[in-house]
Parts: sequence; structure tokens; C-alpha cells
Amino acid sequence: MSTAGWAAVDSWTMTRRELAHWARQPVQVVVGLVFPVMLLLMFNYLVGGGRGVDGDTTEYLVPGMLALTMAFGLESTMLAVTQDLNKGVVDRFRSMPMASGAVLVGRAVADMLQSVAALAVMTGVGYAIGWRPHHGPLAALGALGLLLLLRFAMLWLGILLALVAGRPEMVQAVQILVWPVGFLSNVFAVPESMPGWLGAVVEWNPMSATATAVRDLFGNPGGGAGSWAADHAGLLAVVWPLALLAVFFPLAVRRFARLGR
Amino acid sequence: MSDDAIVVEGVHKRYGTKRVLDGLDLTVARSGVHAVLGPNGAGKTTAVRILSTLLRYDEGRVEVAGHDVRQRPGDVRRRIGLLGQNAAVDEQLGGRQNLEMFGRLYHLGARRAGARADELLDRFGLADTGRKAVAEYSGGMRRRLDLAASLITDPEVLFLDEPTTGLDPRGRAEVWAAVRALVGGGTTVLLTTQYLEEADRLADRISLIDGGRVAAEGTADELKARVGGDRIDIVVRDGAQLERAAALLTGGTVTDPDRRLIGAPAGDRMATLSRTVRVLEEAGIEAEDIVVRRPTLDEVFLSLTGSRQDDVEVAV
Repeated sequence: MSTAGWAAVDSWTMTRRELAHWARQPVQVVVGLVFPVMLLLMFNYLVGGGRGVDGDTTEYLVPGMLALTMAFGLESTMLAVTQDLNKGVVDRFRSMPMASGAVLVGRAVADMLQSVAALAVMTGVGYAIGWRPHHGPLAALGALGLLLLLRFAMLWLGILLALVAGRPEMVQAVQILVWPVGFLSNVFAVPESMPGWLGAVVEWNPMSATATAVRDLFGNPGGGAGSWAADHAGLLAVVWPLALLAVFFPLAVRRFARLGR
Repeated sequence: MSDDAIVVEGVHKRYGTKRVLDGLDLTVARSGVHAVLGPNGAGKTTAVRILSTLLRYDEGRVEVAGHDVRQRPGDVRRRIGLLGQNAAVDEQLGGRQNLEMFGRLYHLGARRAGARADELLDRFGLADTGRKAVAEYSGGMRRRLDLAASLITDPEVLFLDEPTTGLDPRGRAEVWAAVRALVGGGTTVLLTTQYLEEADRLADRISLIDGGRVAAEGTADELKARVGGDRIDIVVRDGAQLERAAALLTGGTVTDPDRRLIGAPAGDRMATLSRTVRVLEEAGIEAEDIVVRRPTLDEVFLSLTGSRQDDVEVAV
């Protein structure tokens, strides 16, 4: 078989490994899926998410929570890679005649599958609490595509952070730090409801771009228009993740290849 | 290309300004067990990581199983097995799942990978627990699974990096038995250890390393002869008599005043023991404890390198 053929086989073996983890740890899988649902319900019914929205707050909140869930996927990727690196199992992979990139590809494929499952559960719960996509299946698929693109970009950032920081304490630090970054977006509240300078920062958050673009595609109420970032959210929702990928993907791959130095 | 299993010539490895390997030379003939013995920080693990293609080195030449590790890492990887210090298995998966996965990654194909997994589980006494998650294994079982994973392709050269550190005596005995069984198969084993006893029991030849280079090399008997053989330790009941008691013994010294311990060479074991008991009795010195024992790693180092180990660990 060719080198590329073996690389594909090895990547599939590594993906199967992650799927086997799910089968072994169903509770963890369920907790991972329930956590964002819990957040959604909490912000919808208890905290009063969707502050300043001109329209249905649930319809505003659901797409935002989808974007947040994708971005927070960064943590689970970082945690999984950190655990692998600290357990020595990556050393065994690297001492074997396998395609070295397969370790990362397996991680990426498994995390994307998990994210598809997370989107399915979240949109299902969203539907149950009154959220609806209004622009037909094609636009809805486009929205899901943008969400997964954001997840894919955050995935490589997560891998890079694990390779650079590499310690469980650092994962904890990141698990805390994603919260302020998550709240500094239009996920829970429209930027116009914030002090002017803060609203400007929030609009340029990649998560805000994805959330706004997804709201447009679903036909859900968005923030007030007017700013450049809000008007070009669709463009930014593509450019932001691609820019993040252009930076973090090569860095992560390079860092992984340099584990031996 | 060499007939030897491992050839290391003048290898240097620095981390910043710290010289971890400082001109390491090592030649290991095919088949048999070669131990690399040294204290923590001597460069043992670094050497194994370089030999198993995990780590780059700064200078020198390294050949494993006839291939240059820097130029042909793929060829080396196909011919080696590695048992690192941390169990390099997936703890969330079952034992069989681990071996099958590694078999696939060695490109055995699904069917042969499965068959090989069963074979190895059987051989290492893990067949009954093959479905259990490795996280539930005992330390010894985990080590045996790790060893099984290192043997999937019957490697020409097997690296064992401190294979028994952290194991209880039973786990240690399990690993030793497995290593002995291997050697019959013609595999070359390079074993690192900080336990003199382990090197003594398993290895045909021993390289003592210190400060990133080989300080002495030979069979266990040759090395021990250079240290001066066995030692006798005596705990004296009355601390005030320590100096007098040490002076009564040939080559006696106060080794640890706090523990009221004196020591002396014991070349002819039993004769030294009975002579010591008699001499102390005649002098009216009461001994709490007397032990004849092998030289410790600390003493081997003291005598061969003149430097003292910071942290002595002696297998019991």
C-alpha cells in the first residue's frame, strides 16, 4: 500500500480508538452533551439571556449557544491531547512505524463527530423550547457548516495549546479563561446593550461573527445592524475560522513533529 | 552498517546549557541483555529516547538494528520495541483493544492484529482480563501489557527503560520472569535501571553511566570485583562506642553516626560475619543488628567514579 494509503488506514485506526473511548465511557459522553444543553436552559429560563433583543429571546439564544458550544470544544480537545501526552501512549505511537500525523487526524475526526452529535442534541432541545429555523433546509445546513468550521479552527488551537502547555493545570486555566472570552461575545446579549467600547470588542469576537451569521441563515433575530462587523457577519464567519486555521494548524502540526527535540 | 544490535558513538545531547549526554559510547552485541545502570539524572532515559527515535541528539552517531536512527527512523521503528518509564498504553481501553490497535498500527491488518493480541495476552497471563479497562489493572499487569505491546512484531531490539521502578516486589518478579523468557527468543534487550540487583539478575553485561557518559563496563562479577565485593553493616547499641567498634574491624568506618551504623568490607561473607561477632563480643560492644549484603549502587559509584549519588535507591 502507498504511504498515503497507510496514512489513511492509521488515521482510521486512531479514530476508532476515540470511538472505543466513547463506548467505554458513555457517562462522560452524555455529560459532554448535556452540559451545553444545561447552559442553554439556564440562560433561557433563569438568567434571562438575549438581553436587548428585538424579537424572541429563545430564537436569539439558541444559535448563540450553538456557536459557544463549538468554541468551547477547544477545552475537550486540549484535555484529551494533554492526557495522551502525559500518559506516555503518544511515545508508543511515535516509536512505531505508523504515519505520525494519524494521531492528530484521529483526534480531529473524533472531535468533529462529537461536535455533530452536540449540534444535533442542541438543535433538538432548541426545537423543543420553541426555536425554529425559518429559511429552509439549505440555509440551515449552511449554518451548521459555519458552526463546524468554527469548531474545526478551535480544534487545532486546542491541540496547539496542549502541545505547548501540556500540563493538566494548564487545561484547568484554559477551562476558566474560556468563560470571559465566551461572554465577551453576542451569544447572550446584543452588543448595543453594552457600553460602546465593549460592544465594539464583542462584535469582533470570532464567536460573535459565527453566531450572527448563523442567526441570519436560520432567520432568527440578531442584534441591531449598523456596524461593519455585524453587516458582514457571513464573511467574517468564514474568514475568522480560516485565519485561525491558517495560523494554528501549521503551528500545531509543526509542534507535534518537533516533540522529539 | 554494523553487526552489533546497537552502536552509539560520541553522542551529545544538551538541554540549554545542561549536558545530559556528554560523549556517550556504547556497543551492544546481538542477543542477550545489556543493562545501563546509573543514578537518576545520569542520562539513561535520554539515551533510550534517542535510541528509540523519540528524541534528536546534537552530535555523534547512533545505529540500531543496523540502521541509522537519524537517517532511517522508519527502518529502526519497524525493528524495535519500547517499554518506557510510564506505561505507554491507553488506560481507557481494554488490554485486548490496546494490543489490537497497536497491531493495526504496525500494519498487521485487522485479522492478524486480533490473532496476535490473543496470543500475547495468553503468553503474559492476561487472557482472562483482556476485556477489562487497563485503568483497573494492577501495576504489574499494566507493565506486562505494556511489555506485550512492545513485542507485537517480535522486535530485534527491545528497550526497557526502568521497567520495574515503582512496582512492588511481586510486580518486579513478574517483569523479570517475562524478560528472562524473552532472551531465549534471540531478542537483544537494552535495560536501564537504578537497581544493581536488577542488572545483576538480568544482564549479561552492564554499562555504568554517570554524567552522561559510560564510567565502567563489564559483567556483574567484574564490576563488583572492582568495588571490592560484599559489605558488612553493624548497628551499635551505644553511640559512644562507634569509633572504637569501627577501629576493631579491618577497613571499618563509621558510615552513619545518627543511625549508629558502622561498615566494613566482607570479602569472605560468613567468615567476616563470625569474626565480627567474636571481636565485638570480646571488646564488650553490643550490636543491635548485623547484616552482610551486596555493595549498593552508591558504593559502586563512589568507588568507580569518585562521585556520590544524591539519591540512593537500593532494591529490597
